[in-house]
Amino acid sequence: MKAPRFHYVRPESLDATLGLLAEYGEDARILAGGQSLMPTLNMRLSQPKVLIDINRIEALKGIAVHDGMVRIGALARHVEVMNSPIVAEALPLIAEAMPHVAHVAVRNRGTFGGSIALADPSAEMPACILALGASVVVDGVRGRRTIAADDFFIGLYETAREPDELLVEVLLPPQKPGHVSVFMELSRRHGDFAIAGIACHARVAGGVINDARLAYFGSEAKPVLGTRTMAILNGKAWPTASNEVVNAALDEDLDPIGNTFGSPATKLHLQKVLTRRVLDAAVQRARAP
Amino acid sequence: MGEFAIGQGVPRFEDPRLVRGGGRYVDDVALPRMAYGYVLRSPHAHARIRSIDTGKAKAAPGVLAVLTGSDWEAAGWRDLPVPGGMKRRDGSPSYKPRFPALVKDRVRWVGDYVAFVVGETLHQAADAAELIEIDYEPLPAVTATANAAVPGAPLVWDDCPGNVCFARFEGDKTATDAAFARADHIVKHRFVINRVTAATMEPRGAVGDYNVADGRYTLYAVLQRAQGYRAELAQVLGVPESMVRVVAGDVGGSFGMKSAIFNENPLTLLASKLIGRPVKWTGTRSEAFLGDAQGRDNVTDAELALDKDGNFLGLRVKSLVNAGAYLQPGMPAFTGNLGTLAGVYKTPASHVDVTVVFSNTNPMRPYRGNGRPEAAYVIERMVDLAADELGLDPYELRRLNMIPPEAMPFKTSVTFTYDCGEFEKSMDIALKMADVNSFEKRRAAARKRGKLRGIGLSFTIERAAAGGFEGAEIRFDRSGTVTLVSGSHSQGQGHETVFKQLVCDRLGLDPNEVYYLQGDTDQVFFGEGTGGSRSATMAGSAFHLASEKIVVKATQIAAHLLKLEAADINFADGIFSSAKTNQTLTIQEVARAAADPSKLPKDMEAGLVSNAVFDTDTQNFPNGCHICEVEIDEDTGEVEIVDYNVVDDVGTVLNPLLLHGQIDGGIAQGLGQVLMEDIRFDADGQLLTGSFMDYAMPRARNTPAFHVESNPVPTKTNPLGTKGAGEAGCVGAMPAVANALVDALSVLGVKHVEMPATPERIWRSIQEARAG
Repeated sequence: MKAPRFHYVRPESLDATLGLLAEYGEDARILAGGQSLMPTLNMRLSQPKVLIDINRIEALKGIAVHDGMVRIGALARHVEVMNSPIVAEALPLIAEAMPHVAHVAVRNRGTFGGSIALADPSAEMPACILALGASVVVDGVRGRRTIAADDFFIGLYETAREPDELLVEVLLPPQKPGHVSVFMELSRRHGDFAIAGIACHARVAGGVINDARLAYFGSEAKPVLGTRTMAILNGKAWPTASNEVVNAALDEDLDPIGNTFGSPATKLHLQKVLTRRVLDAAVQRARAP
Repeated sequence: MGEFAIGQGVPRFEDPRLVRGGGRYVDDVALPRMAYGYVLRSPHAHARIRSIDTGKAKAAPGVLAVLTGSDWEAAGWRDLPVPGGMKRRDGSPSYKPRFPALVKDRVRWVGDYVAFVVGETLHQAADAAELIEIDYEPLPAVTATANAAVPGAPLVWDDCPGNVCFARFEGDKTATDAAFARADHIVKHRFVINRVTAATMEPRGAVGDYNVADGRYTLYAVLQRAQGYRAELAQVLGVPESMVRVVAGDVGGSFGMKSAIFNENPLTLLASKLIGRPVKWTGTRSEAFLGDAQGRDNVTDAELALDKDGNFLGLRVKSLVNAGAYLQPGMPAFTGNLGTLAGVYKTPASHVDVTVVFSNTNPMRPYRGNGRPEAAYVIERMVDLAADELGLDPYELRRLNMIPPEAMPFKTSVTFTYDCGEFEKSMDIALKMADVNSFEKRRAAARKRGKLRGIGLSFTIERAAAGGFEGAEIRFDRSGTVTLVSGSHSQGQGHETVFKQLVCDRLGLDPNEVYYLQGDTDQVFFGEGTGGSRSATMAGSAFHLASEKIVVKATQIAAHLLKLEAADINFADGIFSSAKTNQTLTIQEVARAAADPSKLPKDMEAGLVSNAVFDTDTQNFPNGCHICEVEIDEDTGEVEIVDYNVVDDVGTVLNPLLLHGQIDGGIAQGLGQVLMEDIRFDADGQLLTGSFMDYAMPRARNTPAFHVESNPVPTKTNPLGTKGAGEAGCVGAMPAVANALVDALSVLGVKHVEMPATPERIWRSIQEARAG
């Protein structure tokens, strides 16, 4: 099967793109890597009027450090992020998560910005930027906005980006000394959609966890922070904190959605298992030389 | 010719061509002026069609034809083949559903055939299909096997009460009841064997080409059996068989699925006839999920009666089998494999009671094993369940009940008479390979790592090459090179390699001078085809016989040329020689002489060509022991297969490399079903697993290296001594993996896990066991 009829435009500049978005709004779809969009078009699950191909826009490419933040351009391919020395050095959470993003062929074309903008509930990158407290930069004819990741993900495939706005880059704080990152996910087979997963970033010293940010994905409608769990863990030594208290907090924090890969009960259980494993690993990593 | 001798692991001749993209699959067929067909499928599991309006679609750009059920009816062609001759429980004839290529007033599964649109391009056809306006009246649907026969269930066919298509009984009910009456123990269990799809690498496809000049139909198709296919197709078309040509090139996997005439095949021919151009249809992966026939799917209640020492006294099995919405050929054959239930055991009395029901789902077909893996799974799980219930060692319980070699031939209490097999010896070799004695140490070590380790054994046996016949032809041309014409057809198994190997071994030929041909009914004189693990035995034996005929004739020619008697001539390694002369002749020299009547004896027909039909009323019984070791993450339910050992007996091993390929692939399919593959429908009958993102196939990293050894006990039922190998891996794997899973979980009190044993299901079974 192939896509239904649509108009295709390939603007050469950011301004031209934003103009098109202003003109077409919800009738337009942005084509970046196409790894999620093309299958839905070809299966005729989505019928946009206009496809705006942004692949020619230089301003959306690249990975760089700027003003103490790592800037990942919306068009950076997953493979570029995976192979980036900047990411390896400053964003170990992203580096650890990237091999879990689908498969080589998908990573070769799929983009970092595309993954964030789509906000698939089982995707790895949205959870990572949430755990890292990153910011998402969107642009439009009405002006440029910087949105905290905490505010960006609103619901199932729903974000704070308006239809006339383009996600242009993500700004991520480099990992500070004394902090550790841990990424874990469970999927049926490697590269499949996550059934449950956690992106974790925390300051850990002497087995004591501080400022933990646990972003849960795969089980919820969107990546969510385990805020109650984070609060309980704060300033406490792990694993001395009672498992039951943590589990009770997770019962409050999470509201899993069942699908063919797992029931809500199973997903909640798996997130509890992963929480324990992630925290064990965080403490272990903090101890490692 | 030691390099190509029988028993050598000759690498596949077809691989260099296939891996370099040189395959010739049906979608590679490109004919002049070819048009493209697209099937509009039902979006409902069950609905009445109030009206169909094709006006807009016919007016769409590039559209050449829009066919609906009315056009099919108007063509006067017959239904697709539907088997009959079975009986229902009350003795009345089996229900024979109508099976037109396009439905007219009712759809019966999501994917059922509503219209066939033909366009200049595929996309024009697909776009036009969206313009067809259909008024559906949705009806209640039934998809789950267990629900189909419940009173009050929606009827798939209004005049088929209870959705029951037919019933079948095997064994001796009276003797079985008596055995259960005197039993010390009765072990009972209900198994739900899920539904899977063949997921062939190459989706189905067809190119129909009606030639108006000579009135002949040519179908380029994917298939397993060219001649039988042509015969059935000619009946659908209502024309003499000679007016139909069926051509199949390379086929990318079938596993039983592609052996049927699917709706698209006559549709491309009808469309071709109507528009006067060839018409191609190529299925997409999505259509493969929606439109392909599927496999397995039954609910089985089994009971095993034992005496106090553990001797099996009787087996009682009651099974409800899902046929899908229509009845494809091959579904009754499933019941022909019920004999697998007897296993390798002496069980003196058995009774099997099978009911086949319709549902609003894809039609069902034989799928690698066709009833054998299901039956093997049931009996081998029952043995483990019995061992657990009686507190016996599962290996010793098998040993106690196994048929010893000296009891052969042995007539089991369900259907089959086994001719040979050394079951206990094969099991002992396997137990040693798998180092079963030190398993408990491995289990304890795994426990320290937080893993539940389990071991499971199966000893399975199945019927292969179930009688019938097969043709083969050896054609020497006038230069002395050779074409092999095979009645059997490869879907990837490696027929070309094995048959070349066999003939080159027999006739001393260089395989580089041998061309292998299959699948064209204008070329193949006799082609029953591949299926039921029959090709090595049936076609192999036919090539063996054809080789013998060549040697007989060539010896006469050599004798004439050497001016000796035929009795004086020896033939070995492609050379005719005699103690009475220093002169020798190669078989190529003899073949060249054979093309020249002046060099032949007066009454001899020219040419060195032989064809042979191997015809047998017997079958053979491949068997083997599989031992699987798994580790389960107790917290997540994730399963890893950590070791897998097999000792098979497929009789004479023609090519160990290809045999291992067959066994490995079969195991992967078996464990795929037990661990992850699952076709699921929602309550309305919508397919939930319509892509490879939802339908999980095992990958290389889900399987360990399989250790495969052979304990060949050649059968005397064919001249090669071979037993079928194509389905054996799958048959053994399902129970071995399932037994290993249950063994791993047994420390938590789990007695059984249904397939597929996804992490979700395993975790639930742990929770349920803990809850008591």
